Order: sequence, then structure tokens, then C-alpha cells
Amino acid sequence: MRALRVLIAKPGLDGHDRGAKVIARALRDAGMEVIYTGLRQTPEMVAEAALQEDVDAVGLSILSGAHLALTPRVIELMRANGQGDVPVFVGGIIPDDDATALRELGVAAVFGPGTPMTDVVNAVRAAAGQVGAG
Amino acid sequence: MNPEQILAGDRRALARWLTALEDERPEAQEVLAALFAQTGRAQITGVTGAPGSGKSTLVAALARGWRARGQTVAVLAVDPSSPFSGGAILGDRVRMQALAGDPGVFIRSMASRGALGGLAATTADLARALDAAGFEQVVIETVGAGQSEIDVARAAQTTIVIEAPGLGDDIQAIKAGILEIADLLVVTKSDQPGAEATVRALRAALELESAARSAGVAPGWAVPVLTTIAPTSAGIGEVLDTLAAHQAFLRSSGAGSGREVKRLQRELELRLRQRVWQRFALGLGSDVLAEWAGRIHRREIDLESAVKSVLASTHIPEHE
Repeated sequence: MRALRVLIAKPGLDGHDRGAKVIARALRDAGMEVIYTGLRQTPEMVAEAALQEDVDAVGLSILSGAHLALTPRVIELMRANGQGDVPVFVGGIIPDDDATALRELGVAAVFGPGTPMTDVVNAVRAAAGQVGAG
Repeated sequence: MNPEQILAGDRRALARWLTALEDERPEAQEVLAALFAQTGRAQITGVTGAPGSGKSTLVAALARGWRARGQTVAVLAVDPSSPFSGGAILGDRVRMQALAGDPGVFIRSMASRGALGGLAATTADLARALDAAGFEQVVIETVGAGQSEIDVARAAQTTIVIEAPGLGDDIQAIKAGILEIADLLVVTKSDQPGAEATVRALRAALELESAARSAGVAPGWAVPVLTTIAPTSAGIGEVLDTLAAHQAFLRSSGAGSGREVKRLQRELELRLRQRVWQRFALGLGSDVLAEWAGRIHRREIDLESAVKSVLASTHIPEHE
């Protein structure tokens, strides 16, 4: 089976990327190719990277509290680029009400602190169309 | 994914085509065949060096320089795949953020997918695809390379080998391999201690090599040693000028065509080897080699005799 390509991006201004790196490693260990873009990405940079890298899924790590501003913008730009079918995940400190709102906006899943890595891996695989794989 | 979309500059179509080429899907090769006449126009530069020597940072600085000179740039950045999981973390974009938002730049990360020569098996085809798509400069950045990962010289017209200060003494510089493929040596981080010593060691190594080299890859080109401080762009203009000079040298001397024919012959050989093996494996059936290995293990036959028997008894089908 071909390797899934996943973009892990940190939009916004918070400088804590440990969570993003832990997720990136877990996905790598699950056999995925993870494009890691580093800190302080604008939504435009995230969408552009998703386009150029032709990824199967996008993971946004947001700890700044700006998830309701940044996430819809990324999704909107991806739709404009013809990538509306690429699943977007959000990880970070997200209040339950906001998580519901994000899912209504089209986010495939929201992962809070303490989410088991196997849940993340399985959710990415399922959303990218490799259900029950590995 | 059709050739017209690629030629029209559709970035989504280009990105999907690159994925299909990486995954070795037959339809991707059909598009490449349709566009092959459009290739051969880009300048393809390879950048290689040890992990942490500053490849991504230099590539980003070169790309900014080419953009300032009005040229479009595509970057192929290769990072290693895990030999255990097959997964990879591709982190070269981290150092290329200053290029974001520029429609004249296209960056693509690649995992090496088990290849050991510093590139992925399909990197040369992806470089051709970016060439066909009309990018004027295509840069290939290898995985962090040591002494023998020299595939980049078979995919690029001009190869830059990077050395950062403080890595090893001058005997490292005269070992075989990576220095021999350099058309251009760049000492990065040249504001760091030890940079002058590194430049001296490389120059000395090149002098030793010049006699051997005069009969080698590109007689008539003296390999320059340049220094850069990429974050301040110091020395970048000189690297760009030298790259242009090398391209002009390849054209005027005819060495460029000669090298490309050699590269293509080598690539033809590799592809044929793979195809002949695939066909042979089909004729062989799945468990045959395991059975032979068991016989060799029991010392009923030796390896070489087993090879002869397998060759003699296998019918090779005419189609894959």
C-alpha cells in the first residue's frame, strides 16, 4: 500500500510545537510521510504547502486559542485550491463547544490533550480512505 | 492529470502528477512521455552535504536569489524514510518559509523510500516533470549525505557539495566519493570558527585531485571553493554567478551533452535491470528462491551452482 502523505502545520503565533512533533513522529512510525512545516504559519502558507505537497490529510496544531479564526480560513483556502476533499484535523487545547463548531465547519476530528496516538493514526487512515489498514 | 493542465501552469495538476510519479503509476509515465519534448530546458542543480551542513538554508537563499533575478524556481527536497516503518518526517520546508506565497516557486518534499544513494528512485523523473512544467531553475536537495551518496550527480547538471566548518580533518576531504562529484564547493556558515581552515583543506584536496580530474568528468572546469553566510545572503550572489558560469561552460564545451548522454545511459541500464528482474521474477514463481535457499542452507548445493540452475530452469515471460 502506498504511503499516506500528511501535512502537520502550526498556524498562528504560539511557539509550542512539542505536540505537533509528537504527532508527526507517531504518524511516521505508522508508516506515513509527514511534511512538517514549523512554527508560525499563516493559513495561506498552510494551504499552499498542502497544495504543493498533494497531501492526503492536514493536521493543524493550535494552542493559541485562535482555532476558530485560523481553521475556517485554512479550509476555505484549501477548497478554493480544489482540495475540499482533503480531511483536516485539529489538535490542541480546544473547548468542547468549539470542537463541535469546528466539526460543523468540516473538520474531520478534533484531538485534545491525552488522545491516544492509535486514535490519531486510525482517524487519519480512515479519513484518507485506508480504513482498517495496517 | 493531463498534459495540457500541466503546461497551462495548473499547480494542483502538477502536484498530483508528482505524486503519481512517486508512486510509479503507469499513467504518470504516459504524461511524462507526452511532455518529454518539453524537458531539457531547465537548469538542474543538485545540492548535497552532511546532515546539518546547511543544505535547506542554502537552497532557500539560492531560490530567493534566482527569484530576484526574475527566474522561476522548483525545489525537490529529499529526506530519509525510516527503514523500520517506511514512514518519514520531511522537514525541509521549515527553512524555506521565506519563499511562501510566491507563485514563481514550487517546493516539493520527497521521502527516499528505501533508496540509498541520497535521492529517491523517482527523483530524476520528478525533476523532469518540473522541467516540463516550465520552471527555469530546478534544485534537488539530497538527504544528509556522507561519503558515497552520489546519485545526485546522475540527476543534476551541476552539483554543489556543501561543507560546514569543523567537520573532520583534511584527510576526510581526499577520500573518494562526494568530493569527486562536486562542480562547486560551498563552505557554509563561514562566519563560524574554522571556516578558513575548511576552505584551505578543500583547496588542497582539489589540487591533489586536479591531475586525476583532468581526465575525468569535466576537463576544463576548475572547481571553485566559495563561502556563504546564508541568513545574511553573504556570498549567495557569487554562488549564483558561478552556477550560471558552469552552465555556460557545459554548453560551450559540449561537456553538458556528453554528461547527459552518460546519465541517460546509466538510467536506461537501471530501469532495464529492474524490468528484466520483474519479468524474471514472474517466471520464477513465488517460493522457488526460498526452496533453493533451503537447499543451500543444508549444503546440498553451493550458491553459484544454484544461480546457474535457476537461470537454466526459469522461463521468462514476454510480457510483465
